[in-house]
Amino acid sequence: MKSIKNHLSLIVALVSILFSIQIFVIVERSIDAYKQNLANNYSVVVVSQKAITQKEFFKINKLISKVKVLSPDNVIKRLNSDIDKSNMEFLKLTLPKFYKLHLKSYPSPREIKRLRKNLLNNRFITKVEDFSNTHDTIYKLLVLFKNVVLVFAAVVSIVTMLLILKELRIWQFKHNERMSIMGLFGAPTWLRSAVLFRLSIVDAIISSMIVFAIFTVLSSSNWILNQFKNIDISVVIFDNVGDFFILFGISIVLSIILASMIVLGHKEEV
Amino acid sequence: MDRVIVAKNVSLSYTADETIINQANFSVNSGSFVFITGASGSGKSTLLKSLFGAIKLKQGSLVVGGVELSKVSRSKLNFLRRHIGIVFQDYKLVKEWTIEKNIMMPLIINGYEKSVTTNQVESLLKHVRLKHQAGKYPLELSGGEQQRVAMARALSHNPILILADEPTGNLDEYSSELIWKLLEGANTQLETTVIVVTHHIPTSLNVDYKHFHIEYGTINEIN
Repeated sequence: MKSIKNHLSLIVALVSILFSIQIFVIVERSIDAYKQNLANNYSVVVVSQKAITQKEFFKINKLISKVKVLSPDNVIKRLNSDIDKSNMEFLKLTLPKFYKLHLKSYPSPREIKRLRKNLLNNRFITKVEDFSNTHDTIYKLLVLFKNVVLVFAAVVSIVTMLLILKELRIWQFKHNERMSIMGLFGAPTWLRSAVLFRLSIVDAIISSMIVFAIFTVLSSSNWILNQFKNIDISVVIFDNVGDFFILFGISIVLSIILASMIVLGHKEEV
Repeated sequence: MDRVIVAKNVSLSYTADETIINQANFSVNSGSFVFITGASGSGKSTLLKSLFGAIKLKQGSLVVGGVELSKVSRSKLNFLRRHIGIVFQDYKLVKEWTIEKNIMMPLIINGYEKSVTTNQVESLLKHVRLKHQAGKYPLELSGGEQQRVAMARALSHNPILILADEPTGNLDEYSSELIWKLLEGANTQLETTVIVVTHHIPTSLNVDYKHFHIEYGTINEIN
């Protein structure tokens, strides 16, 4: 019973660390997906005195992914009744060119500033509308959300690390006697600590399996999937192979560090 | 006759200013039975601990089983300890292991095959009259029974040297007698060198022995 309790405390600590890491990964994926979504809908409108080719736009700033020429027909249509056809053609030629620029990713306020500056450096571009006020608010909200989750994950990790350190002291006390006795009979370090490493690796495997089970259930939950659907994004909540191996690796590394600290901190008692 | 222990000007201490054993010179021949006596706190156990490298020498040279302990590496010390059987007054059994596994430990450390370890443990359990308790844990046994397990563990890998620190202190007569018989048997039948730290030398023992007495940090041989 006591042994199960000792195992449980390490497993619980490892599960909470893995859980908070995966939650942070999900939030980051959601934000990236949402940013991509915003980037698809976000554009900058540019007014130029002369026609600029797509190639030229790409040279101005690397963030630009697509250039769409805005037709002046809608403006001209409104004037249609008052102007004759020949003047209309002349007007069409003299009107400035309007372009809608789509970006590769959702830009930060600094990137927008730089883009605006680069565009205005072109002598033909007279006006750039980047809708920066709306953009800045959304961007700041995303950053705030990401930071809140990061702080939350960090706090959880720190608390669980403290739990692990407490666990380390219990394990140190528990295993010190056995390791000392084995040492008195000439057991090499690897043999003395084999039990410890085996136990911690078993705990790491159990913790990874628990987190695997939790996120497999969560990733098929309709409620969670609907939350993402509501904001028009699709996110991989848990990649059964990639995510599992990353979490498993973290868990193994953490438990090996724990066991190594015990072995390194071991003092022979006679 | 080979010497299993040679001590030259050995000084031992736990702190820099207090010397427990001062400039000791002695040797122990292979296959002999040695008693170390002395008053409480005289340094008997300290001397015994130095023989398996648990205490570093303050000064001098101490060779045990051909290994110089004043400048021994960890791997060499492990090698030496694999050839020594130690019996402690407080038994030092691994509480979470069965007594069978406790006895098996030195055999596992020495890399014996499973069939050998199983046979050896079975035979030793019979010798210490604990065959029926094989699956029990140390804390389920009495003090005398635990010391018999510790004795079996010390004998299990046929060591060249057995070091026993007050092996019968606090034990009942039956267990004490059994332990002395086992030590006597190991010495006479297997020619194992036995060094025992004790307050009282048993009168029932049928072996020739050497007797060292420690007083005021000095080791004196008594004939």
